[in-house]
Amino acid sequence: MQIKPILAALRRHKAGTFLIAMQIALTLAIVCNALFIIQQRVTHLSEPTGIDEADIFTIQNEWVGKHTDVELNAQMQADLQAMRSVPSVADATASNSFPLRGGGWDDGIKLDPAQVQDSSGTAIYFADPNTIDTFGLKLIAGRNFTADEVRSMGMRDNLKPASVIVTRTLADKLFPDGSALGKPIYLAGEQTTIVGIVDMLQTQSVDRWASSFRYRSLLVPARLTIELGGFYIVRAKPGQRDEAMKAVKQALFAQNPRRVIDDEVGMLTFDQVRAIAYDRDRGMAILMGIISVALLAITAAGIVGLTSFWVGQRRKQIGVRRALGATRRDILGYFMTENLLITSGGIIAGALLAVIMNLWLVTRFEMSRLSLAYLLVGVILLLLLGQGAVLAPAMRASKVSPVEATRSI
Amino acid sequence: MFGYYLDLALRSLKRNKVLTALMVLAIALGIGACMTTFTVLHVLSGDPIPSKSARLFYPQLDPQDMDGYREGGEPPDQVTWIDGMNLLKAKRGARQALMTGGAVPIQPAKADIDPFYSDSRYTTSNFFAMFDAPFLYGHGWSDADDESKSRVVVITRTLNDKLFGDKDSTGQTIRLQDADFRVIGVLDTWRPNPHFYDLNTGNYTELEEVFVPLSTSRDLKMPRNGSMDCWGKGGADSDHLENAECVWMQFWVELADASKAAEYKAFVENYSKEQKTLGRFQRPVNVKLRNVNEWLDYQKVVPSDVRLQSWLALGFLIVCLVNTIGLMLAKFLRKSGELGVRRALGASKGEVFKQLLIEACIIGMAGGICGLGLAFLGLWLVRQQPADYASLAHLDLSMLAITFVLALVSSLLAGLLPAWRACQITPALQLKSQ
Repeated sequence: MQIKPILAALRRHKAGTFLIAMQIALTLAIVCNALFIIQQRVTHLSEPTGIDEADIFTIQNEWVGKHTDVELNAQMQADLQAMRSVPSVADATASNSFPLRGGGWDDGIKLDPAQVQDSSGTAIYFADPNTIDTFGLKLIAGRNFTADEVRSMGMRDNLKPASVIVTRTLADKLFPDGSALGKPIYLAGEQTTIVGIVDMLQTQSVDRWASSFRYRSLLVPARLTIELGGFYIVRAKPGQRDEAMKAVKQALFAQNPRRVIDDEVGMLTFDQVRAIAYDRDRGMAILMGIISVALLAITAAGIVGLTSFWVGQRRKQIGVRRALGATRRDILGYFMTENLLITSGGIIAGALLAVIMNLWLVTRFEMSRLSLAYLLVGVILLLLLGQGAVLAPAMRASKVSPVEATRSI
Repeated sequence: MFGYYLDLALRSLKRNKVLTALMVLAIALGIGACMTTFTVLHVLSGDPIPSKSARLFYPQLDPQDMDGYREGGEPPDQVTWIDGMNLLKAKRGARQALMTGGAVPIQPAKADIDPFYSDSRYTTSNFFAMFDAPFLYGHGWSDADDESKSRVVVITRTLNDKLFGDKDSTGQTIRLQDADFRVIGVLDTWRPNPHFYDLNTGNYTELEEVFVPLSTSRDLKMPRNGSMDCWGKGGADSDHLENAECVWMQFWVELADASKAAEYKAFVENYSKEQKTLGRFQRPVNVKLRNVNEWLDYQKVVPSDVRLQSWLALGFLIVCLVNTIGLMLAKFLRKSGELGVRRALGASKGEVFKQLLIEACIIGMAGGICGLGLAFLGLWLVRQQPADYASLAHLDLSMLAITFVLALVSSLLAGLLPAWRACQITPALQLKSQ
């Protein structure tokens, strides 16, 4: 191909060439990093919780008036009984929290009470014998809690569980040799024993600070008997979630009307819980997507605009070339090659810029290092974009008739 | 001449509608994205209490034991009951307040309203004067109320409207958690952003609706909210929080000036030393005294996503500008013939330059106006999100002015190079080639 004459021609359009190359470089740098951010956020928001999400809904129940622990414990048992007897309900349990809720009780575990540093962080979920079934967890070793193990825990009590069930991730972290079952651990300063291991259960927070112990959760056999902030978790029979939500609410108020269930956030399907938990990540991914598409569109439009101008300017020269025997294909090839050269220049600068930008993001926003695959995707994207954008003006150029050579403009 | 150039510019813009639209759109998108993200950043990084932020301080001290001690670490973000009370009673600042957040069930007298929970703040008498909380009716409580655990309450205007229908409710009784409280004050609309005095209950959360004396709240064991960090044998036993090895309270102090701040810091350091000799504190003395804005910076209140978005929007604007420069260059050079004629007829380079800049300005103004529309759309989209700061995203007058300046300056900058290049045309050469 005639690269030398193209370069010679470009030298006469320094400003335009430089602008297109610069635009491509900036677009590449931003789009690469944006794609990378999207990928990180999307992976984050599709992490599994380990529970049967489709049929689960949660209820935030607050009691009105003063109650003793004993009264509340009895009341909650009656509630659970009432909910479990609703025909569309598969199972129900009470807890202090649930995965993806955002807040809750996180604590440290020690293997030795004299230890200074915790062996691991963990999310603490209150549970009863129905919890494993309600969440749809898989018990892979040991046993479930028994009903007489579940103690009521009010504002005035310390957590002293006789037994705990841990996730596999937590068990492996504490006892890498696989011997977790039956071992003692220290939770909130008190000794307790691991009696069961479940396959997977996510922690309450999906924020960055909690990512070091994301799947290290733990169940304690306890019932939270405080007026404020108890949760019921209900699993409906397959496909009957919406009916179950209505029926359960009625059943609860029939049981005892002296309670508050917030209209907006008092009852949430797990889909809603998930949507709320990952709202920021999803928003960021969508925004990055919009920015990338807009940038690519603007860059393409810029290339079309400038190339059209060049074609208009060179009609006479094109006519001369055609008259001297250049085929339409030659003319098309000329403009495509020209664009390829400019784009390549922009891409080289852009790749460098993308890496610099990523390093800066790493230091300022705790992002991870850009993987080269994204750079490659960006490069290919922009090469295709450049070729696609130049196609229409180049086609127009190739249609210039040799007669133009004789015209005076 | 200005009118003539304006006319020329408009004609020129009309001649190539697609190219003009493209340039306007590029500038509008860039400006719209920038204004949306900058407005959000501007709102979120604002000073919640500008008249006093330099005089309100948040003392931090370290009461923990040696477990997990690292040299150079930061003291905890909150204080224990014991330290909070000691600092409060020392009265070394002009004003001071000890507080924590919570939620109380309100049992309305009206039968048509179901009981509901309201966010509450348990605090001490100086709170209202210290944070310039505006009263619609009545006033706050006194030190004596704090001492005697009085059943008095200050509520917000929204709660007042809900319970008493817009009337002065001072002197009335409301029932909180099975106890009767006398309303002594109603706060007028007030929403400091960020919610600086307690970041544990949300950075941009709405104001609590119920304010109760701290001593009363402890007396009635009202439920508390927010984070609590314990060490050693400390536990979350709510009856004995007063003695627990846990930090769960916020303590603020108002100091007249910088010299008083240094004095106050020395006082807290002395206090820490004293506690260490008593054996309560074990770590080396570690005291921090930050004012409101330093505290917000330290707590990284502005979400990092919002800052990242602002930078990206700026990058976006730059690409849009580069794009506009390229298009404008093409457009102006295409007019070479026309400009050559004007030059040959005696127009100076300066005049031609002026003519082209006016054209660039028109594009900028159009881009700015469209960008403003896009910013409104963008902010509306932000407000649809459930983030706690979403409802704050509104364009204010200063940001409106900045939009226009930004649009104008960026389009002028974008017009400079093409206009200058177009001026360099030698009239003779252009005329000859025609």
